[in-house]
Amino acid sequence: MSQKVLLNSKEINIILHRLACQLIENHSNFKNTVIIGIQPRGVFLANRIINILEKDYGIKDIPSGQLDITFYRDDFRRSDKPLEANKTKIDFIVEDKHVIFIDDVLFTGRSIRAALTAVQSFGRPKEIELLTFIDRRFSRHLPIQPDYNGRQVDAINDEQVKVHWKEIQGEDAVYLISK
Amino acid sequence: MNELSVNHLLGIKYLNQADIDLIFKTADHFKEVINRPIKKVPSLRDITIANLFFENSTRTRLSFELAEKRLSADIINFSSSSSSVSKGETLIDTVNNILSMKVDMVVMRHPNPGAGIFLSKHIEASIINAGDGTHEHPTQALLDSYSIREKLGEVKGKKVVIVGDILHSRVALSNIFALKLQGAEVKVCGPKTLIPKHIESLGVTVEFNLRKALDWCDVANMLRVQNERMEISYFPSTREYTQQFGLNKAILDSLNKEIIIMHPGPINRGVEITSDVADSSQAIILDQVQNGVAIRMAVIYLLASKIKP
Repeated sequence: MSQKVLLNSKEINIILHRLACQLIENHSNFKNTVIIGIQPRGVFLANRIINILEKDYGIKDIPSGQLDITFYRDDFRRSDKPLEANKTKIDFIVEDKHVIFIDDVLFTGRSIRAALTAVQSFGRPKEIELLTFIDRRFSRHLPIQPDYNGRQVDAINDEQVKVHWKEIQGEDAVYLISK
Repeated sequence: MNELSVNHLLGIKYLNQADIDLIFKTADHFKEVINRPIKKVPSLRDITIANLFFENSTRTRLSFELAEKRLSADIINFSSSSSSVSKGETLIDTVNNILSMKVDMVVMRHPNPGAGIFLSKHIEASIINAGDGTHEHPTQALLDSYSIREKLGEVKGKKVVIVGDILHSRVALSNIFALKLQGAEVKVCGPKTLIPKHIESLGVTVEFNLRKALDWCDVANMLRVQNERMEISYFPSTREYTQQFGLNKAILDSLNKEIIIMHPGPINRGVEITSDVADSSQAIILDQVQNGVAIRMAVIYLLASKIKP
């Protein structure tokens, strides 16, 4: 098994700022926009971006939530290990809102498919956009593409892309792991 | 640990602590789901569940039915009063006929203790016991413990008294198993005739004086007197029962602490509990009903996840 660093902490920081700026370009003051982190790992990325928007660009009080997709997955009873749910915390209705989904790695697209169904339990959004940190563009099973993307990675299926966040692993880094 | 150790929910007796933790954790998620504007998830859209009620039920049947619908399962309902059981069909025949219509899971209430266990040895489907005679009612005990946990933070170390007809109560037996498993202290209280002999062997203590039992406890679970299961008289009159074991506001207010009042329903107002107590802020009876849906969703979801397509 070999491991290669795709992005280091400095590069990650630059990308996070770039993504935040791209969001500002499209949503200016974020009136009528809500940010939803996809559980479990999208939540860390969402919090980072919200932090940058607050601290560096003075955009405060953006409504944000966490969406768990476990009960909407299409592999219930089909995966080898049992699915474990995480907490959903959305204290607002998404009716007529601009929703931004945030997840760290876009792989097959199935999680986002599930999230698109799950979010409907909270109303009918005006539109939904997708922000991902890593886009594994050749691994898609469904016609789903990100609107904002940190870095495209052309990894083959045996390879794994792992995003480490300071909050959990103690460092910011993206690794390409091949078996 | 994210899988149950059992393939059926026949009784609390067959569960371990990790199973209960997993059910509660999953129920937390479903409680959030059933408080959303749209209270439904698609997880079980390819699962069919048969609700077989060989004995009357309102709350439990509706609660199971709602839980199944919230999980998007297809359901068929059966009650013995309107079926061929009255024509002399056996339980296994009835159930096998239903299963041949491709049913994945059976929720069954039956007047005979052990009916679920018997069935689990003869059929393929996953079985949930929704009450078997005077034996067990596991989902009720789970939702009772879950409600205590929600109100008091945890079940471990809490003192719970179960008051009333312990002899005929499947709720009492399942509750004793569940509470003991989670490390609570359990006392039973009621007329001597309605307390089974040797019940101490289950690790509970017995008290015949309601006042003393209430002074001791954090939680009082008031049970209904099950007249329909009594062939003989176990106490002189309902009035005397109420005087000795009925919970009223005067007793409740005279305690030097605030205890939690539970009741599995249906309530006989004015018999085991007065209206002002049942409707007081100390009673969590309606919370129990709401938690019942979340707990049943969790149990069904976790058992269904073990059925391979």
